[in-house]
Amino acid sequence: MNPLIPLLVAIPLAGAFLTMILGRFFTGIPRYMALATLLSLAFISFWLLIDGGGASSVYTVGGWEPVNGVPIGLYLVHDGFSALVLCIISLIGLLSVIYSFSYIARYTYENYFYALFCLMIAGMNGVVLAGDIFNIFVFLEIAAISSYALVAFGVEKNELEATLKYQVLGAVASFLILFAISFIYWSVKTLNMADIRIAFSEGNNGSHYILIQILILTGFGLKAAIIPFHAWLPDAHSSAPSPISAMLSGVLIKAVGIYVIIRLFFNMFETTEGMAILITTLGALSMAVGVFLAIGQWDIKRLLAYHSISQMGYVIMSVGIGMILTARGIRSEVAALAITGGIFHMLNHAAFKGLLFLNAGAIEYSVGTRDLRKMGGLAGSMPFTSATSFAASLSISGIPPFNGFFSKLMIIVAAVMGRFYLLAALAAIVSIITLASFMKFQRYAFYNTDPGTIKNAVREVPLPMLLSMITLAVVCLLLSLLALPGISDTVLSPATDILMDQMKYSSQITGM
Amino acid sequence: MTVYWLCFILFLTGLYGVLTRRNLIKIAISLSVMEFSSFLFLALIGYIDGGVAPIVDMADPVKTYVDPLPQAMVLTAIVIGLATTAMLMAVIIRIYRKYGTFDIREIKNLRG
Repeated sequence: MNPLIPLLVAIPLAGAFLTMILGRFFTGIPRYMALATLLSLAFISFWLLIDGGGASSVYTVGGWEPVNGVPIGLYLVHDGFSALVLCIISLIGLLSVIYSFSYIARYTYENYFYALFCLMIAGMNGVVLAGDIFNIFVFLEIAAISSYALVAFGVEKNELEATLKYQVLGAVASFLILFAISFIYWSVKTLNMADIRIAFSEGNNGSHYILIQILILTGFGLKAAIIPFHAWLPDAHSSAPSPISAMLSGVLIKAVGIYVIIRLFFNMFETTEGMAILITTLGALSMAVGVFLAIGQWDIKRLLAYHSISQMGYVIMSVGIGMILTARGIRSEVAALAITGGIFHMLNHAAFKGLLFLNAGAIEYSVGTRDLRKMGGLAGSMPFTSATSFAASLSISGIPPFNGFFSKLMIIVAAVMGRFYLLAALAAIVSIITLASFMKFQRYAFYNTDPGTIKNAVREVPLPMLLSMITLAVVCLLLSLLALPGISDTVLSPATDILMDQMKYSSQITGM
Repeated sequence: MTVYWLCFILFLTGLYGVLTRRNLIKIAISLSVMEFSSFLFLALIGYIDGGVAPIVDMADPVKTYVDPLPQAMVLTAIVIGLATTAMLMAVIIRIYRKYGTFDIREIKNLRG
């Protein structure tokens, strides 16, 4: 019962409403309130990561203790896996807020921006912490509605069209999730994830079990934009203001999509081989199709958005391999390696994709266009943007010593050791195509001597934007330290353990 | 069993509307129809034949009560649905101001 846990949801919620109210009277305040909110969140989430040491801790809201081992009331669960996701949410959020100081000054209604930003953070933290499935839905909608508004923040033609697509598909996804929750409640009469798992493992899994799994996978797959459900992502992520793109691509699709899929399919459902194969196939498909859609793009942010689909495919595929091996009950050390690789790649993707979107925003800020064909030779005039985006490009293409190399290596090694040779080859090929696509980005934007159609002199972006980009580039380098065995054991292993151990999650919460 | 099938048919009606209609307002209405079918389903699973409202009467505490939890859930879901619909309508009004049409075929700036 750690009293810090509910603060992770309460602080950004309070921050959002106070920003909204005080921002009407004092125009200078909203940005500093958002900064203070995110700073305190970053402090709390990193403190919980270090202090918890991977142990689970449960907070019962309102002090409703379990009755006869049946949990009642609302539970907030903080364990090794959610700790990592909370850390990336608050870190990328903090750097995006600092970046927004200069970037959002061009827009009107700054206080609405920071209020919605805090609300989105509250929603994501809630999804990650929630211990029952209905609260996941509620917090998911808080995060989703504020992100719809943030995507449309520019209120021009493109932004509105993108947000409409995002909203219609997001609404369909929400109803599918609500249907799945109704079916779960119908069959087991409980909403607590740990309790649902116990009810399912007691043989309460008839024909509706498959239907529930498919509904959950479709609903959260739409939120995570895995490939048959990806239509909204390139539009929404490229039309949003750049710090929001960094948040959406870097954090939102992970916290409300990938995280929930992994959590539910390992800790709530019993892993079945058929569903695991389906998840792996979807992951491999997103990985391959996403990168082929990306390589033809000329708009920087669309290119990055398609790469998000592809990189999320790596995570899903790798976790899926772990799931297949767990379901078969063989080679658990390979399964652990695959899941660790997937989670590690998820953290890395947050860092480098966040950085790349901030770079794209910096280019747009200085040059005024996002079209690669209209720019060139920016390496001289924007040295810091160029250097940080070079680091991020090497990271995403998997070049050592950057973090992307180590996580991709883990995924490919796990696939080979699990005898999924085709998937390993596919992962390597996709990585090469990613490198090609980012060489195109680097060459056209920075290392081209032809200045394109840029008329006026290009200057480097203001200090707050530089600060967050350089910090993220350093984070990209530092994250590769997680591959070292000593550090990996203390940071990544608790997350893998909670997913691998079939009943650990449930037994910790119900105390049985 | 019939009510559950009717509820499912309502969901499919909404889905059909979302997929085939060209007018943005009609798409929003179809989404609301889908939304209400899922609310109806939630309310139905808590219903017990012959059950009464779950307010414990001290004089006669042993009765058949309907399940109160789905009712609480459906109220929460309705509030969320209201926010979603309001947000969608606001965006549609903005789109009408920018594009001058509700026809989804005319709104295609973003391709590829």
